[in-house]
Amino acid sequence: MVTLQDELVRTVVYEHPKALTEVPTHYCPGCTHGIAHRLVAEVIDELDIREHTVVVVPVGCAVFAYDYFNLDGVEAPHGRAPAMATGIKRSLRDRIVFTYQGDGDLAAIGTAEIIHAAARGENITTVFINNAIYGMTGGQMAPTTLPGQQTTSSPRGRDIRLAGNPLRITELLAQIDGTCYAVRRSLHSVREIRRAKKALMTAFRTQVNGLGFSIVELLSSCPTNWGITPPDSLKWIEDNMVPFYPLNDFKVSDSVLTMESGA
Amino acid sequence: MATGTIVINEIRCKGCTLCTTVCPQDIIHMDTGRVNEKGYTPAILVDPDQRCTGCAICAVICPDVCITVYRDIPASKLHRNVA
Repeated sequence: MVTLQDELVRTVVYEHPKALTEVPTHYCPGCTHGIAHRLVAEVIDELDIREHTVVVVPVGCAVFAYDYFNLDGVEAPHGRAPAMATGIKRSLRDRIVFTYQGDGDLAAIGTAEIIHAAARGENITTVFINNAIYGMTGGQMAPTTLPGQQTTSSPRGRDIRLAGNPLRITELLAQIDGTCYAVRRSLHSVREIRRAKKALMTAFRTQVNGLGFSIVELLSSCPTNWGITPPDSLKWIEDNMVPFYPLNDFKVSDSVLTMESGA
Repeated sequence: MATGTIVINEIRCKGCTLCTTVCPQDIIHMDTGRVNEKGYTPAILVDPDQRCTGCAICAVICPDVCITVYRDIPASKLHRNVA
């Protein structure tokens, strides 16, 4: 009950995170890259680590992410972001270092780098954006393209007899001893976006606490190359990607559970 | 019911329509017949009856960080974490 003395004050409850610059992104309308950027920026703000965080950006649609994050950033050669992050983290141990990579970058040309960064247990965080397609180059089939999915290089749908099966990268990395935290989330609804932010928070906290390699995979949309509207794209993620790429915690190590319980 | 409002930074808006699909009060619409300086049809708040609750669901789904959300909070509760 609001009393007379208890005056209502119009208060900002949601605004542009400090870890994002004011530069408008070049992403297509409805692309969930913008949501992923914002979640990462919010987590960095809430952990108050902006002044000593370094982002390693990929080749792909997120290639200009260093302009959008108000952080120190470097651009890695295609797929080599985990290798660059390794070097930065080992030489500047007080920095929080994360890579932001798409599926073409991480799951194709960068497979070796990500697996060995995890195997070495590098204390870095990877944000893995999976939209089942090569976005920047015009919508070609990626290693993560779903069976039967039409792309510009699989116009009759991905034929798994010819092109093989999609890679479930996060499940793969969860089996490696150096990985402390490997989960998959999605950006297709407000509820899932909030769950994704919690996972990113945990992933960054594992690094602050020096627990090892952490990865959060985010199922993401590509309205332009999927050829459907932004709302339909989110529905497409829910109907087609989530059944193939389940939203689970594939590895939460004992050290992460201890951290989460506040012990 | 809580009250509030939103301010949409029209220059950043790309007209993706996602905010219009999630608003529980259905008070965000596309301002058809008009384009912003980038050439996109922007979203606008149409709230003559002050139905906005400042729930921030639109801001959570906006890919272009266009939306600032305000909520009317009793002065005695201002010290609490509201977001």
